[in-house]
Amino acid sequence: MNALTSLLDDPVITQRVPEATLETLQMVGSSAALTFLLGLPLGLLLHTTSPGGLAPRRALNGVLGVVVNVGRSLPFIILAIAVLPFTRAVVGTTLGWEAAVVPLTLGAVPFFARLVETAVREVDPGKVEAARVMGSTRRTVVTQVLVREALPSLVSGATVTVIALVAYSAMAGAIGAGGLGFLAISYGYQRFETSVMVVCVVLIVVLVQLVQVVGDAVARRLDHR
Amino acid sequence: MIELSDLRKVYPGPAGDVVALDGIDLVVERGAVHGVVGRSGAGKSTLIRCLTGLERPTSGRVVVDGTDISALPEQRLRAARRRMGMVFQHVNLLDSRTVAANVAFPLEVAGTPRAERSGRVRELLELVGLGDKAGAYPAQLSGGQRQRVGIARALATEPAVLLCDEPTSALDSATTRQTLGLIRDLRDRLGITVVIITHEMAVVREICDSVTLLEHGRVVQDGSLAEVVTDHGSRLARELIPVPDLPLGPSRALVEVTYATDEVSTHDALAAVAALGRDVEVVAGTIETLAGLRVGRLQLEVPAAHVDDVIARLTADRLHAAPTVAGDPTDRTDPADPRGATGEVAA
Repeated sequence: MNALTSLLDDPVITQRVPEATLETLQMVGSSAALTFLLGLPLGLLLHTTSPGGLAPRRALNGVLGVVVNVGRSLPFIILAIAVLPFTRAVVGTTLGWEAAVVPLTLGAVPFFARLVETAVREVDPGKVEAARVMGSTRRTVVTQVLVREALPSLVSGATVTVIALVAYSAMAGAIGAGGLGFLAISYGYQRFETSVMVVCVVLIVVLVQLVQVVGDAVARRLDHR
Repeated sequence: MIELSDLRKVYPGPAGDVVALDGIDLVVERGAVHGVVGRSGAGKSTLIRCLTGLERPTSGRVVVDGTDISALPEQRLRAARRRMGMVFQHVNLLDSRTVAANVAFPLEVAGTPRAERSGRVRELLELVGLGDKAGAYPAQLSGGQRQRVGIARALATEPAVLLCDEPTSALDSATTRQTLGLIRDLRDRLGITVVIITHEMAVVREICDSVTLLEHGRVVQDGSLAEVVTDHGSRLARELIPVPDLPLGPSRALVEVTYATDEVSTHDALAAVAALGRDVEVVAGTIETLAGLRVGRLQLEVPAAHVDDVIARLTADRLHAAPTVAGDPTDRTDPADPRGATGEVAA
C-alpha cells in the first residue's frame, strides 16, 4: 500500500506517464494505420506478380523483393537514423511522436508486406481457379478471394505488426520520439528512477497483451474454416 | 454444343516440349452427358482447362455453344465463361462465405442485381436439396453436401454447359451415387450439356451417354456408351465390364466371351456356353445393363488343347470369343500406335 501511494505522489508518474502513454498510442496507432495502407497493396503485389501469380511480372517482382528484403534487414534503430533527412523533409522536424511515424512506418511496411504475401499464398489456388472460371476479373479475385479468404491470417499478421511497432516505438524513444520508451530510458536508465521504468514496462506489457487478445479475438471471429 | 478440332497443347520445358494434348477431335451433343476417361497424365485436366479458356491451346479450335473459346480476347472470354459452370474435385467453396453467399458469388461476378440474386440462390439451393443450409458455412457441411453446393454454384448463371472435373473422386460410394444422380436429374430438367472428367469407370457406367478414352494426349476410343460396350474386346468395353484376373490350372486356358443383347440374349449366350459341356467352366463373369443394353463378359476355363474348337463353336453361336489376354487390359496398346488395338476390333 505504501509503495503504491508513493508512486501516486510522484509527479513524474502522475503527469509524465499519462502523456507518454498517449504519445505511444498516437505513434503506434498512426504508423500502424499507414503500414496497413501501404503494406497490404505491396504484399498483394508481391504475390500477384510472382511466377504463377495472377499477373506474373518477373522484373517487378524481383525489384519489389529486393526492396522489401533491404527494408527488413536493417535494424530499426539504424533505419530510423538513416532516414532522418527524409523524416525532416516530410514532417519538418525529427523530434516528437509525429516525426517517429516516418521511420516506424518505413520499418513496418516491408515486415507487414511479407506477412500479407505469406497469408494470401496460403489461399487454395483452387478457389482462385473457381473464381476465374466464373468470369471474375483479377480485381474481384484479389478482393473477394485472396483478401477475403486470407482475412483471419491477415488480422493475425496485423496483430504481430502492431506489437512489433510497440517495440520499435520504444527504440524510437531513444532518438527523440517521446513516448513510454523515452520515459523508461531517460528516467530508468539515465536517472536511476527504477519505479518510473517499472511503470513504463508494465504499461508496455499491458498494451502488447491487449493488442494480442483483441487481434486473436477478431481473427477467430472471422475464421469460418 | 461442344466441338474440339485438332486441339493441341504443348508445354515448353527445359527437357524439351511436353505434349499434353496431341490433336484431339471431339464432339459432344447438346444435352448429352459425356465422360472423358484416362489415367492421370493422359491430358484430361488440360482438356477441361482448354474448355474453360484457363489454358490457351497451342493450336486447334475449341467451340463451346457456338463460340470459339480459343480465339477470344480476355474480356470476351470472361463473358463466355459465365455461360459455363464448373464443378471441381475439391469443390473450392470460399470458406469465408455462407452457403448462400457462395452460390451468389457467380451472380455477383455476372452483375446480377441484389434483389434477383437472393431469389435465385434460394431456388438453386432447393434444386440441390439444401434449402435449409443457406446460412451454414462450408466447414459445417459434409463432403457430399459441399459438392451439392458446388453444383448449385456452377448452375447459378444458368450455363449451357456444366464441366465436372473428377466431381466424385473425393466422395464415398453412396455419396458418389447421390451426386451423379443429381447431375443426371439436372441434365434431364434443365437440358444442360455435361462433360465429366473422371478416372472411375463406375461414373461412366452410372451416368454417361457417351465417352472418350484419352491416352498420351490422344483419343484412343470414342463413342456412345452402346457403341463402346458392343465394340467387343475394345479397351472401354473391357474396362466398363470388368472381370478379375484369374490363376490358371495346368494345361488349361482362358477364353473370354462377350455378348450384348443387341445381337444375342443372355439366355442364348448362357445356353451356348452350357452346350460346350462339363469340360468348360465359367470362372468369372459380369452382366451389366448399360445404355439400355444388357452386356455380358464371361471368362471360361477350357482345356488348352480345345481353345480353337471352343472359340469356333461360340462364334458360330454369334458370341464374341477370344483367348484371354493376361494382365491389365489398359497396357495392351502400343503407345506408338494408340489406335492399333481398338482399330482392329472395331473393323
